[in-house]
Amino acid sequence: MAFHGSAMEQAGSHDRARALNAFRLGDRAFYWITRISAILVLLLLGGIIVSLIVGSWPAIVEFGSAFLTTQRWAPSAEPPVLGALSPLYGTILTSAIAMAIAIPVGIGIAVFLTELCPLWARRPIGMAIELLAGIPSIIYGMWGFFILGPFLANTVQPFFIDLFAGVPVLGSIFGGPPSYLSLFNASLILAIMVLPFITAISRDVFATVPPVLKEAAYGVGCTTWEVVRHVVLPYTRVGVIGGVMLALGRALGETMAVTFIIGNSFRITPSIFAPGTTISAAIASEFAESDGLHQSSLMLLGLLLFVLTFFVLAAARLMLLRLEKKAGKQA
Amino acid sequence: MNPIYASRRRRDIVVRALCFAAAAFGVTWLALILFTLFYNGLAGMSWQIFTQNTPPPGASEGGLSNAIVGSLIMTVIGVGVGAPVGMFAGTYLAEYGRHDRLSPVIRFINDILLSAPSIIIGLFIYGAVVVPMGGFSALAGSLALAVIVIPVVVRTTEDMLMLVPNPLREAASALGLPRSLVIRRIAYRAARAGLITGVLLATARVAGETAPLLFTALSNQFFSVDLTHTIANLPVTINNFVQSPYAYWKQLAWSGALLITLAVLALNIGARLIGSERTAK
Repeated sequence: MAFHGSAMEQAGSHDRARALNAFRLGDRAFYWITRISAILVLLLLGGIIVSLIVGSWPAIVEFGSAFLTTQRWAPSAEPPVLGALSPLYGTILTSAIAMAIAIPVGIGIAVFLTELCPLWARRPIGMAIELLAGIPSIIYGMWGFFILGPFLANTVQPFFIDLFAGVPVLGSIFGGPPSYLSLFNASLILAIMVLPFITAISRDVFATVPPVLKEAAYGVGCTTWEVVRHVVLPYTRVGVIGGVMLALGRALGETMAVTFIIGNSFRITPSIFAPGTTISAAIASEFAESDGLHQSSLMLLGLLLFVLTFFVLAAARLMLLRLEKKAGKQA
Repeated sequence: MNPIYASRRRRDIVVRALCFAAAAFGVTWLALILFTLFYNGLAGMSWQIFTQNTPPPGASEGGLSNAIVGSLIMTVIGVGVGAPVGMFAGTYLAEYGRHDRLSPVIRFINDILLSAPSIIIGLFIYGAVVVPMGGFSALAGSLALAVIVIPVVVRTTEDMLMLVPNPLREAASALGLPRSLVIRRIAYRAARAGLITGVLLATARVAGETAPLLFTALSNQFFSVDLTHTIANLPVTINNFVQSPYAYWKQLAWSGALLITLAVLALNIGARLIGSERTAK
């Protein structure tokens, strides 16, 4: 304290101590407010897990592991028979089809934006894709219900059904009557929804490739495709996979885009044009009117979904974290 | 031309064309969705939407005023509760907790909550708030939205505070400013645009959330501002009207969807403008 002003000396050490004390108190208070808020984030996760387990306990006790292998969903039967097999099947199938469509297209758009697109158009197109990610999922859902579903049922589905009619395996996968409400329609809407996530993250990780590497490859005469295939993609592989997993997490848990057009049918059929259900769609359409064991089973479905997405998202984050560390080392 | 060169060029042209097609495909969907939304939404737009309550089944008159008010109330409470908590937690991660061993764990859990399915949040609030309170309520809906806001704001707050250069903090500390004031007077002020952007993005995120409201706030056919009862709100109203057999209800659903989308787009664009202002300086 070598720089005491004369005014401060006159104010006396008592006032000064009091002022410093008030500062210290405010300081501690602020520290603890921020710290408790940070710990609250952990408590939220704990609270979610605990409340899901508590809510689903009656169903766990009643059905045990048979819940995972039972296809029948009969809440009003005596006694009720409830199994998770068909919503699990629907969740995984729709996400898989959605990712099969969205991954190549999403990465293609990212390549277009970073390598091919004229500079003036990069920002507007990139922004349009990001806005697509911001549109609430219920909008996708009602658009799929009113516009896309009828379109698919009248044109795309009959085309595939005719194309594969009589072919052994494909014939039953693309079989059955065309339908407004089907697993296929839900998958397509999911693909459109997760597309912007994949594009946005791929674009960001493509931007981390040091320009020197790309310039060197172009310098020895590589074509754009060769630069992307042999320089950009190997360099960013971990990040792209992380982004894809993040999108998969989204697709697995997506509710409103799917509920309207999947048909809410608890049956497993070989045809992807048949109605089905997903975990989130089942919860969304039945939970508010459920009680007792039925409600508990829906909670258990929620717990399954949470565990599923938790692992997918955790893997995604770990991969993106690894990429960040790599980028940090080079900077 | 050398045949190897020719085949390399051919392959390159094919891939370029595919990438171009992918971009056209993506932008086409956006255009299609926005076009049908505006086409159908504007067709039913009138003052009635803002002045009258949701109609009973089969009626051909009515608006969405109760749903609009309910959505506004729940969004404001949700962001009002979630944003401060998120901001404090983000402050801890970026300022105090840089060397705390708990911080990486909190950051990781936060990132998972950030993309956790929103219907799970609804189940959580149902178990934690609706059951103990004895019924569906606007308060439960608001809290569900707050739980979604928190991780978004934690993330943006931390990122933005990390961008504030350390010499600023060191200079303030050297003048004898206590740590909390260094953060509040210096770091917050330097990162203000970024912090506002984060809150706007979080608001945009919850404005259209439907899944967590389905069994927390439920819906209400009448006008209500009572936080302890069910409340009408746009997303759940749209959800109910879309699946109804009445043409007028479907029309209202399109108009409501247009309102939500416009609000979300405006918030997103506003957030971007504020964010880019900061980088331009």
